[in-house]
Amino acid sequence: MIKICELYKSFGALQVLTGVNLSIEAGKITAILGPNGSGKTTLIKSILGLVKPDRGEIQVGGEVLNGDCRYRNAIGYMPQIGRFPENLSMQDLMKMLTDLRGGVHRDENDRLAQFSLHQEMDKPLGTLSGGTRQKVSAILAMLFNPKILILDEPTSGLDPVASSVLKDTLVTERDTGKTVIFTSHIMSEVEELADVVVFLLDGKIQFHGPPDEILRDTGEANLERGIARIMQDRATA
Amino acid sequence: MRTIGKIIKYEVRDILRSKFVLFYFIFFLLLTEGLLRFGGGSTKTLASLSNVVLLVIPLMAIIFGAMYLYHSREFTELLLTQPVNRHQLFTGLYLGLAVPLGLSFGAGLGLPFLFHGFDDAGDVMLLLVMIGSGVFLTFIFTALAFWISVAYNERVKGLGISIVLWLFFAVIYDGLVLLVVAWFADYPLEKAVITFTLFNPLDLARILLLLQMDASALMGYTGAVFQRFFGSFWGISTAATALMVWTVMPFWMGMRKFTQKDF
Repeated sequence: MIKICELYKSFGALQVLTGVNLSIEAGKITAILGPNGSGKTTLIKSILGLVKPDRGEIQVGGEVLNGDCRYRNAIGYMPQIGRFPENLSMQDLMKMLTDLRGGVHRDENDRLAQFSLHQEMDKPLGTLSGGTRQKVSAILAMLFNPKILILDEPTSGLDPVASSVLKDTLVTERDTGKTVIFTSHIMSEVEELADVVVFLLDGKIQFHGPPDEILRDTGEANLERGIARIMQDRATA
Repeated sequence: MRTIGKIIKYEVRDILRSKFVLFYFIFFLLLTEGLLRFGGGSTKTLASLSNVVLLVIPLMAIIFGAMYLYHSREFTELLLTQPVNRHQLFTGLYLGLAVPLGLSFGAGLGLPFLFHGFDDAGDVMLLLVMIGSGVFLTFIFTALAFWISVAYNERVKGLGISIVLWLFFAVIYDGLVLLVVAWFADYPLEKAVITFTLFNPLDLARILLLLQMDASALMGYTGAVFQRFFGSFWGISTAATALMVWTVMPFWMGMRKFTQKDF
C-alpha cells in the first residue's frame, strides 16, 4: 500500500530520517514506535506531503508522490495535536471538508454518540477542551471512509472511554480492509492493536515485523522490555 | 480552479466574521465623506486622500496580511492534509484576503463620490487612478506580507519585519534617494532616480497619482524627472507595468517558499 525508499530528511543540521526503507501492507494495523525525536512524526508527515523529504521516494497505492494532491483522497489523518480554525464549529468544519472533497461523507452519528460529541457540534472549536478536540480530529480523519488511516499518537489526551472506543474503531476499520498506521508510546496499546510493528531509531528502521518476533528475537516477556532490549543492544553495539 | 474558489469562499466568510474588512470599508467611507463635506470640493478631497492612500493602504495590507496568515496557520495545516495542492491553497488564501481588502477600499472611497458628484471632469479619471493604484498597493503589500509570514514561523518576527518593510518603503527609501541626490548633485541623476523609483511600489503609485493630478509642484524630484523623461503617457504605462511586476514578484516568491515549506 505504502512504499518508502531511501528517505532522507534533515531540519538544518539535525538529521531526522537517514535512509528509511519501509513497505506498509494493506489491510493491517501498523504501529510505528520509537523514542521521542526518532522521526516518527516526520515520517508520517512525509507520507502526507506536509514535510518535503530531501531525498528518497514514497509510493502510495502504486503512485509515486510528485506534488499531485489526489492521492490524499485515500488518506485520513489524525494529527498529534488537532489544530483547527478557532471560530468554526465542528459542524462548519465537516460541511467545509465535505464541500472541498466534493463528495458525501459517511454517517458518523454512531461514533458521534459514542464519543458523546453531539452537544459539541455547534460550539466554536476554540472553546473545546484538548481531549474533545482529539475526538473531533478522530471523527474528521474517518469522515470520508479513507482506505488509509494515519494517526499520530491517537489516544494521548483521550479519557479511557474514548480511548477504547477509538481502539475498537481501528480494529473494525482494519477488519473492513483498511490500512491503519499509528504511532504510540503506550506499549500495551501496541500489543493490543498492532499486526506489524515498525521500530524507528536514529532515523533508521531497526525492526520491522510482527510483535511476537520481537519477543522471540529478544527473549523478553513483553513488548516494552523487548523494545528496551533492542535499544540497549544498539547503544552497546 | 474550483478548489481555489472554495478556499476563497471560506476565507472571505472567516474575514467577514472578524469584521476587520468592515472597519476598513467604514474608515474609507467616513474619511471620504467627511473630506467631501467639510473640505470643500472633489479636487481638494482627492489631493488629501492621496496621502492617506499611499500610507494607510500599504500599512494595513502588510500588517493584516501577515496577521491573517499566522492566524490561519491551523486552517492551512488542516487543508494541506486534504486533497488540496499547495499552489491552489496559496492562491486561494491570497486572493481571499487581497480581493476583499481591495474591494472595501475601492467601495469606501468611491461611494461618497457617487453621491456628491465631481467638480471637474478630470477628477473622475483621478479617482479611478487612485482606486487603481490603491488596489495595486493592496495586492503588492498583501503579497509581501504573505511572503514574509511563510518565510518566518515566528509571529512576532514576521510582524516586526512587516512593519520595518513598510517603514522602509514609506519613509526611509525616499530619504536615501534624497541623500544620494544631494551627494551627487553635480552629476546628471535623472536616469538613476527613475531607476530608484522603479524599486519602490509606493513611489510608483505616488507618481501615477501625481502625473494624473498634473500638479508638478507636488511631484517632488522623482516625479518631475519622471514626467520630463517619459511624458505623461509613457510615464503612466511604465509605472503601471512596474507595479504589475511588483505584484507578481512577491506573490511568486511567497508561493515558491510555500510549496517547499515543511509543516
